Amino acid sequence: MTSAATIPEQSGGRLTKLYGVLKDIMSRPSGAIGLMLVMVHVVVAVASPWIVPFDFKRVDVDLMLMPPDGGHWFGTDQLGRDVLTRTLMGGREAMFVTAIATPIAVCWGGFLGILLGLAGGRIDDGLMRVVDAFLSLPWILVMLLVIVIFGSSMPVLIAALGFFYGVPVIRVARAAAHTVVARDFVVAARARGHGRLAIIRVEILPNVLDALMVEGAMRWSWMLLAFSSLSFLGFGVSPPTPDWGLMIADARSLMSVGPWAVLAPIVALSSLIVGINLTADALAKALGIDRAQKAPV
Amino acid sequence: MEPALIRFDDLSVGFTSRDGRLLPVLRHISLAIAPGETVGLVGESGSGKSTLALAAMGYLKRGLKVISGTVTFAEQHMFSLGGSELERIRGGKLALIPQNSGQSLTPTLRIGAQLTEALRLHSKLDPAQFPARTLDLLRQVRLPDPEAIIARFPHELSGGQQQRVAIAMALAGEPKALLLDEPTTGLDVTTQAHILDLLSDIAQKSGMAMVYVSHDLGAIARVCQRVVVMYAGEIVLEGTPAQIFKNPTHPYARGLLASIPRVSNARLPVALEGRPPAPGEAGQGCAFADRCPIVQPVCRLERPELRAIASGEWLRCHVPELAQGIVMEPMTAPAPVAEASSDTAIFTLSELAISYHQANWFRQLLGQADKSTPTVKDISLTLARGETLGLVGESGSGKSTILKALAGLTPRQSGTIAFDATEDLAANVDHRQPDQRRRIQLVFQNPDESLNPRQTVAEILAQPLRLYFGLSGQALRARMVELLIQVRLGAHYLDRLPSQMSGGEKQRVAIARAFAAEPDVVLCDEVTSALDVSVQAAVLTLLDRLRRERNTAYIFVSHDLAVVRALADRVAVLYQGRLCEIGRASDVYANPAHPYTQVLLSAILEPELAARPKLMAADVQELSPPAKGCACQRRCPLKVGMICETETPPWQTVTPGHSFACHKPNNSMG
Repeated sequence: MTSAATIPEQSGGRLTKLYGVLKDIMSRPSGAIGLMLVMVHVVVAVASPWIVPFDFKRVDVDLMLMPPDGGHWFGTDQLGRDVLTRTLMGGREAMFVTAIATPIAVCWGGFLGILLGLAGGRIDDGLMRVVDAFLSLPWILVMLLVIVIFGSSMPVLIAALGFFYGVPVIRVARAAAHTVVARDFVVAARARGHGRLAIIRVEILPNVLDALMVEGAMRWSWMLLAFSSLSFLGFGVSPPTPDWGLMIADARSLMSVGPWAVLAPIVALSSLIVGINLTADALAKALGIDRAQKAPV
Repeated sequence: MEPALIRFDDLSVGFTSRDGRLLPVLRHISLAIAPGETVGLVGESGSGKSTLALAAMGYLKRGLKVISGTVTFAEQHMFSLGGSELERIRGGKLALIPQNSGQSLTPTLRIGAQLTEALRLHSKLDPAQFPARTLDLLRQVRLPDPEAIIARFPHELSGGQQQRVAIAMALAGEPKALLLDEPTTGLDVTTQAHILDLLSDIAQKSGMAMVYVSHDLGAIARVCQRVVVMYAGEIVLEGTPAQIFKNPTHPYARGLLASIPRVSNARLPVALEGRPPAPGEAGQGCAFADRCPIVQPVCRLERPELRAIASGEWLRCHVPELAQGIVMEPMTAPAPVAEASSDTAIFTLSELAISYHQANWFRQLLGQADKSTPTVKDISLTLARGETLGLVGESGSGKSTILKALAGLTPRQSGTIAFDATEDLAANVDHRQPDQRRRIQLVFQNPDESLNPRQTVAEILAQPLRLYFGLSGQALRARMVELLIQVRLGAHYLDRLPSQMSGGEKQRVAIARAFAAEPDVVLCDEVTSALDVSVQAAVLTLLDRLRRERNTAYIFVSHDLAVVRALADRVAVLYQGRLCEIGRASDVYANPAHPYTQVLLSAILEPELAARPKLMAADVQELSPPAKGCACQRRCPLKVGMICETETPPWQTVTPGHSFACHKPNNSMG
């Protein structure tokens, strides 16, 4: 066949595909900036205990609310602790908890969503109303209730975030599965007599995975905000562990005297959130989910 | 000659690929269309025919740009006009009728309001005259009862009626030229015949120029005065229908004509091998060289020029004298498979009825039976081993529904399906034996839908092989390669994704997947209707070869009577979910007994100049099958009387094995 040579080479390997997607993300300005921001945060979170200039616990009453200078680049807080040190280390807890909770949320929400999408009919309708009802709850109050009952230990936080943030994933996965289920290749698999789980794994999951990946990235940024909000309210990380939400809460009242103490964690948190969102956008475009990016011909 | 109304002058259009190369979609097109002239643009998908027609409006799809050349309409350069100037011309002096007009009508506006809007934008009439003019336009497109139509919403009209409304809207601005982009594709044959009739009438009466884009040579032959054959973004042949359909001088046109199945001829069409080059792939030589049966060394080196060969005929070929040697006769018909008898029957359907109406769950709870009028009713037929049964009918006739019921994908209301030794096959595929599932396989209409876009060919073919035969490792691979070779692909296709194959190649993979199960019956649901004619011929040839090699029975569903003619041993004609006529293909096509079969056969368009479809049936919308009486009582041109509305027509035998359901006695049939 003459057509063999003319088809653009595109190998089927998963690694090559991942590399292609990464390259595509980096080729977009928003994606490059976003991915860089996320990478910097991850590296800092992992390496911070070895690179910070001061001990995060060291209290020095002589150095209370010192403005930034050569010794303390970001100044000190109301207890004289180094703000740079605490900012560099302040994302560790949040990122660790959310990095575990995000896959949990995507997995259970995604699985249930696909199952509902495949089942259709009354079960689907009924359970989706439950999901809708769940989404209408003020989640922060529910989370607080859970923490009040079970305490604010790390496993509880992971489980609570993983559970609550899996609910919106159900919606996305179900919608994505719905469009796939109606297609003839799923009908063909049913007609051949494959089992339900085999159909999910072989036919549906590969077509839903892209949407789930993008959704996962978005959920991650929401979870980070939620975790920081809990800390801010005093229900997340307990002092003296450095945490952005906690730092903002502590330094908030002294904003007019020492704005550096509150600005540094805010900038750190926002840059991570913005970075994740930019990456998720670029990922969606690279995976072709974004509709505006269809090929011209 | 008059000055041209639309003129393409050396127009080249292309897009920039991801690696920065400029790939042409249209290459150096020069074409002039005179006022009042009807020009047909023909070619396979991707030949650039739609792009060219839309360029006449100064419109290009996103990402496309003009590389060189100009387009003028009424002495204006379309690509140098501003937005508001273009707006005045488009829809006014130059109107477009798109393929699927149901989607181009606003779903929330009544027909009258949409037409009035078109008038307000594009006509100089006094607003007081709009209502009268609206009715006038609807009458002009021969819509029955225009007063009722203006109050309807688009979804309340049939596809043919929607297309008529779109034509009426295009006529609102009294255009000088109409652009028709596949205006009848997707419509039923009888509706298509009516629309084409209407269009050629309008062209003759109003003196409008028409650019008619279609892949359907039959439709082009019917309406056009001049035909332009396009290939890979170039004009390869231009001439009158007489020149092009009788004895075309270009090898591509000859191949295209030979690949069309004919109702008059029970033979397989000849496939045009290979596929057209993608944008940027055509080398320095002739774009058709790779597929040309008479290719010469010069064809690969030098691009032929478009030159005049006879009066009004233009050709792009180095060796037209050799083209005359290409035989255009369809290949010889193989002997039909023996008549079905009860001991060789594989499928026996008795009084099968299927309803789309879902009984409400409260009644189900009370155990009340579903009493709604079924969509498909009283289907009794048999399929013998190794036989091909064609199931023919217009859209909504229930032919695909019957296939789904056979495959166990649609619940049936009543009736039985006997399969081989099983007296009544389970209605739901989940309740069938694995071996029963293996022996009945499906091939779908559109391979883009039926192949998982995320699976390679190897993964696609492995599904049935693992499931039914537990193959793995080297044995699995060997079997997959064997299957690919059977469908004329090769081992190098194993790692391809569907997006890396052409439509025909994808459909071959889908067929290979069905045959991987070593089935006794393959249910084919419009398997060629998403393909180009040249590819369709190849797929039909493949299906024919496979059934002979493996003695597989087919139920071949199609709206295209010519395609069914090429393959089917027996034909069943369906209308509104009821069987009208059944018999050996040769009998039914030569001597149709049921009025509806006659209507269908008379409406077919063949790429022959003499062919003029007869418009027998009234062009009305069918909403649902009538509760009693004959299914086609509302459209029958030979209605007997009240009996057609009250009593189910009896089955009458014409010759043994050929029978039809009608009140009219057979001897009075034409």
